[in-house]
Amino acid sequence: MAKDFKFRTCPETGLKVHSQADALIKANAVVAVVFLAIGGLFGLLVALTRWPAVHMLDAELFYLALTAHGADVLVFWIIFFEVAVLYFASAILLNARIVLPKIAWLGFILMLVGALMANVAVLQGESSVMFTSYVPMKAAPHFYLGLILFAVGALLAVGIFFGTILTAKKEKTYEGSLPLVTFGALTAAIIAVYTILSGAIILVPTFLWSLDLIPHIDSLTYKLIWWGFGHSSQQINVATHVSIWYATAALLLGAKPLSEKVSRGAFLLYILFLQLASAHHLLVEPGVSSSWKIFNTSYALYLAVLGSLIHGLSVPGAIEAAQRKRGFNKGVFEWLRKAPWGNPAFSSMFLSLVLFGFLGGISGVTMGNEQINLIIHNTIYVPGHFHATVVAGTTLAFMGITYLVVPLIFQREIVMKGLARWQPYLFGLGAAGISLFMMGAGTIGIARRHWDITFSDAPLTVDVPGTAFMMMGLNGVFAIMATIGGAIYVVVVVASILFGAKRDEAACKANPVVTAGGGEAVASYGAEEEHPNLSGTIVLVTLLFVTFVLYYYVNWKFLSEVWPLS
Amino acid sequence: MALTSPEKRIWWNEPLSKIELTWIVIAFLWGLTMFGTMVYWHFTGEQNLSNEAYRIRPEVFAERTEAQAEKYKVREEGDTGIPVVKPPAGSDVYMLARRYEFWPILELEKDKQYRLHLSSMDVQHGFSLQPTNINLQIHPGYEMVLTVKPNKTGEYSVVCNEYCGVAHHAMVGRIYVVDSKK
Ligand code: HEM
Ligand SMILES: [Cu+2]
Ligand SMILES: [Cu+2]
Repeated sequence: MAKDFKFRTCPETGLKVHSQADALIKANAVVAVVFLAIGGLFGLLVALTRWPAVHMLDAELFYLALTAHGADVLVFWIIFFEVAVLYFASAILLNARIVLPKIAWLGFILMLVGALMANVAVLQGESSVMFTSYVPMKAAPHFYLGLILFAVGALLAVGIFFGTILTAKKEKTYEGSLPLVTFGALTAAIIAVYTILSGAIILVPTFLWSLDLIPHIDSLTYKLIWWGFGHSSQQINVATHVSIWYATAALLLGAKPLSEKVSRGAFLLYILFLQLASAHHLLVEPGVSSSWKIFNTSYALYLAVLGSLIHGLSVPGAIEAAQRKRGFNKGVFEWLRKAPWGNPAFSSMFLSLVLFGFLGGISGVTMGNEQINLIIHNTIYVPGHFHATVVAGTTLAFMGITYLVVPLIFQREIVMKGLARWQPYLFGLGAAGISLFMMGAGTIGIARRHWDITFSDAPLTVDVPGTAFMMMGLNGVFAIMATIGGAIYVVVVVASILFGAKRDEAACKANPVVTAGGGEAVASYGAEEEHPNLSGTIVLVTLLFVTFVLYYYVNWKFLSEVWPLS
Repeated sequence: MALTSPEKRIWWNEPLSKIELTWIVIAFLWGLTMFGTMVYWHFTGEQNLSNEAYRIRPEVFAERTEAQAEKYKVREEGDTGIPVVKPPAGSDVYMLARRYEFWPILELEKDKQYRLHLSSMDVQHGFSLQPTNINLQIHPGYEMVLTVKPNKTGEYSVVCNEYCGVAHHAMVGRIYVVDSKK
């Protein structure tokens, strides 16, 4: 090594932690949480406005708040947190130093400046174009510039991640292949490169167009490339939260993947196939051929879906196997009943897994069908679907791992443990509720991004079914629950960082957060001849499969009832 | 475990458990089934989106829509006097989207086919036909043509479900479907 780098040794896991990795993870995670707080508040305002009996904001503010909500939570919260995860999965898990920390900090600053700039643009009111900013609707130039700066910063972070892994390999800070979690993060980072480049290809010309330097941007081309960015970034989220599922199961229960080969193969499927699936955002656009749509949504999407279905068995399977080895071997579900449900890191992780699969996964694949999309496109079903994936799935998983990051990286005890214990349930149930009720309202045709389902300002009347009003009201109720859950998360995390007791070595010994043997694997099969008993997991995946098939064909039935068209 | 390097250096030769293998096969076959269902529906289903579309200048599309409205107008409706247009069954019908209206109102006959032409004059709009629930994206500069066959009489609303500006939520149109006898 050229220089002396400052390392500490984690008393719980024995990992060597580079001080720069510590600092970068802290900075990115804290900023992420701030954007979650801001964006979440906008989400509440949006949901309360869409609750017909409350109808809180006026129209202009509603569209402003909706734009800010989408950008702050989907882009800024998620990606700042992901950058923290990348540094964790590279430097910390590999015992390595962060290469070029100065560049990493430059990336952080660019991201922060970009995010603030975009927020200012939105709050000034001239950029209420939604985070998708479909042309030819025009936002202020600094809206696009902010997004571009943010993307450049994120690209630098991804570069540092690759550099750190390569240096770790060269300096032999780890032996053998990358750990599975790092491998998952690596897939996320590879997809991120593709994603950010797509974003640049479309946002740079759009920025120039907003300055009148380019006369015209084709609206269909914009959408095609924009979703190369917008959809692939969802794949980054999935790869990251699946990695977090594996990491949490390993840290808390010593769970080991059933088979390294299968889990890694499933991650590879994400890299190979998801990029093309941006097609499912163009299923009802003019001038896109059916064969292109079918190819891209099925060949490409279903192989990526296959990846997720595989994780859907291997993650609970790994947990079941580990729990059974620990002695919770009675019946089909003792392993699950006796899981640490009072530990918010675990409950978040498992709720995230279940809600992502049952609500987000099934709805996404169903509406991604070429024809079924006709009855769902741009209805509020769509936000219903992605609040199941990106809120109940990704956000909840990120919240869960925070309960481990605070003690291990910030080296602080979690305060208000009693509140923290309930947080994942409040947030998870709230998120599940908004997902379900938005999907319900969407199934009867209620539009997304819409201020007034009474159509009181419209020149013609519209008959909206009473059930839609009820569902939008219930959506509001669950939105309040999700917000309370989200607020508790923010308060607990901030308070723990500021006021939590410092965790020195003695505290770590007395009150470990990493269970059993410092995270040693308690089970190891795949390598063993004996096959683990996975009866509980089999019941779970069977249930998922049956729900999936039934729900899928129910939607074909709905489709068959609309006007014939060809 | 997942946080450390695989115990076996040659992890890619580890045996696969039967349970995992079975699940992979089931999941893969399910993907094939969903793929097959989409293709099958193209041959047997009645709801498939045409791929017919043209590039068109907004003015040209507006001219065609206005010509049709002039020719087949049967009455006016609403405070702003929106024409209700009833083109002959089987013909080409035009509806344009612009901030913040779908124009004109159409009157169609039940169980008759029409070639419906849609385009936008300004930004993107969403064509959401309710309560039957058909949702299409309308772009400026592109003309989408699809064959529709209304299967129930009644009053249908066209709601804009792509955000298009401050009065997006007031952007509605209408299509009447009437019995062919009268
Ligand atoms: C307190 C929690 C939250 C509540 C109550 C909430 C509620 C809502 C509601 C009601 C909508 C509007 C649907 C519409 O009118 O089209 C919406 C849109 C959206 N939400 Fe959330 N949400 C929450 C958290 C999140 C989180 C954590 C994320 C991302 C990680 C997220 C991402 C989005 C996105 C991307 C949109 C779409 C914006 C658009 O259409 O441009 N939400 N949310
Ligand atoms: Cu519109
Ligand atoms: Cu609109």
